[in-house]
Amino acid sequence: MSAENVLEVRDLVTYFFLRRGVVKAVDGVSFDLKRGEVLGLVGESGCGKSLTALSIMRLLPRGSARTVRGEVRLAGENILTRSPRQMREIRGRRISMILQDPQTSLNPVFSVGEQLREAIFRRTRGSRAEMMKEAIAALRRVEIAAPDERIGQFPHQMSGGMKQRVVGAISISGQPEVLIADEPTTALDVTIQLQYLKLLKRLQAETGMAILFITHDFGVVARMCNRVAVMYAGRIVECGPVARIFEHPSHPYTQALIASVPAMSGTAGRLPTIDGQPPSLMDLPPGCRFAARCPHSQPRCRDTYPSTFTVGPAHVADCWMLGSQ
Amino acid sequence: MSVIVIATMLCMAIFAPLLAPYSPIDQTLRDKLLPPFWLEGGSTKYILGTDAFGRDILSRLIFGARVSLIVAALALTAGGGVGLVIGIVAGYTGGIVETILMRLVDAAFTFPAILFALLLAVTMGQGLGTLVIAISLLLWASFARIIRGEVLALKQRDFIALAKVRGCSELRIMLTHILPNVLSTFMVLVTLNIGVVIIAEAALSFLGAGIPPPTPTWGLMISEGRGRIAEAWWVSLIPGLAITALVLSVNLFGDWLRDRLDPRLRQL
Repeated sequence: MSAENVLEVRDLVTYFFLRRGVVKAVDGVSFDLKRGEVLGLVGESGCGKSLTALSIMRLLPRGSARTVRGEVRLAGENILTRSPRQMREIRGRRISMILQDPQTSLNPVFSVGEQLREAIFRRTRGSRAEMMKEAIAALRRVEIAAPDERIGQFPHQMSGGMKQRVVGAISISGQPEVLIADEPTTALDVTIQLQYLKLLKRLQAETGMAILFITHDFGVVARMCNRVAVMYAGRIVECGPVARIFEHPSHPYTQALIASVPAMSGTAGRLPTIDGQPPSLMDLPPGCRFAARCPHSQPRCRDTYPSTFTVGPAHVADCWMLGSQ
Repeated sequence: MSVIVIATMLCMAIFAPLLAPYSPIDQTLRDKLLPPFWLEGGSTKYILGTDAFGRDILSRLIFGARVSLIVAALALTAGGGVGLVIGIVAGYTGGIVETILMRLVDAAFTFPAILFALLLAVTMGQGLGTLVIAISLLLWASFARIIRGEVLALKQRDFIALAKVRGCSELRIMLTHILPNVLSTFMVLVTLNIGVVIIAEAALSFLGAGIPPPTPTWGLMISEGRGRIAEAWWVSLIPGLAITALVLSVNLFGDWLRDRLDPRLRQL
């Protein structure tokens, strides 16, 4: 355990057990999150990003989904073995989360102030007036104008961007070490997105918390993250510093993803796309999961899953092509 | 308007002994089947006429309000409350708990409620308690089913997930996040079911499984007038109108209450 890692995920495996078969949604995910850094987790829909987050929080949908093995070490201790009661203490205070849709993230029958107070009350028990003051301060921190008026309002009286700010204020009110942001800007419009990202960045700098930033948008990654992990079909295929990944993407999937991001200069031609579809998570190939869509695939790729190769400083990728170089 | 009707009914129920001009059970056979005062043969002595035993209908109506409202309040508190709790627990917990509770609800729906009430009346004796239990057993299942449906939709919403992220316990989520959100539905259900309860009370009293005569209840009064509906229609019609007015008012009041309880509509 390195002292600078606040969160270490090792070989995390979460499956859905359905009557039709086993869906291997998260299949051996490992990564580190350093103190005070923003790690992007990128991948297409259904590759297991959100389920990785829920596995870390231990808030999997009841019934079918289960974490089969792996470790989630928060400051050195494996939280997958904690009791539900200990887990409740950890959530909110040590790991917190922001979800995608601000429209349903707040309870419609309570005012914003009451909801903030509930979160603050869990941390410090003060008088009503003190908590009110804290709630207003929390709103001010997330840059809501006229917080003393807004505090008495209900969620439906606020815009989407404002609601997402409130959600942010509630999520960080417990001063967590780790914040998992699951596509927090996807439901916001572009100008508000930018404001929200700046706000998150500022809060992160102020509090020193680490952020696991889940997104499918490389533009957001470039703006927000220090490092990025690329996920494909339940596995992380490449991980490295943002600048390196953009300049030297090593895994053919990352290369294809970055090639399909529209450039801001040059002629506007057709964007390249990736042919084919990801493999079914119920019937994964034994080898590299990207092999069927990969322009460089060799027979070996289809038979055995590639080892992890180091391709640069703190930059790793799972591809046989890198070993032969 | 609806508030006035409800308030009047409540006053009638509470101050019945002060308001009623006559005793509701004393018979004056000489004055039997007198029509209300505005009809030929009626007198201002009995404003709403008399029934087959010469009892003053106005007085019986006033005392009857007592029984109807007490039964409605008790049965809705008991039956509705049980339904609310079961609905929330089943909907939120899911899994085997939900399966068991909802099969119980299904089982309750297959029971013929009237038959069950008769059975209760036979085994426990007639009376207020029996009536309330019988009607509660009729109510809880439909409450549980509707509330559960509401909770199922509610628990998918992100604020429930975020409450868990914050570290709220399951009990706390049910109490502070689920319950307030289903309360408006519950209130509307309660008001809609007041009519059902009053009619159920009338039906059971008519069958002899309710409050035993001569205590007046509105349902009993309707059934007593049934045999002479052609000559003395007022004996049945007047309590019938009282039931209609009360049920209608309560429903209108329920609508208004729902609007008040919904924060989206409150401040527009």
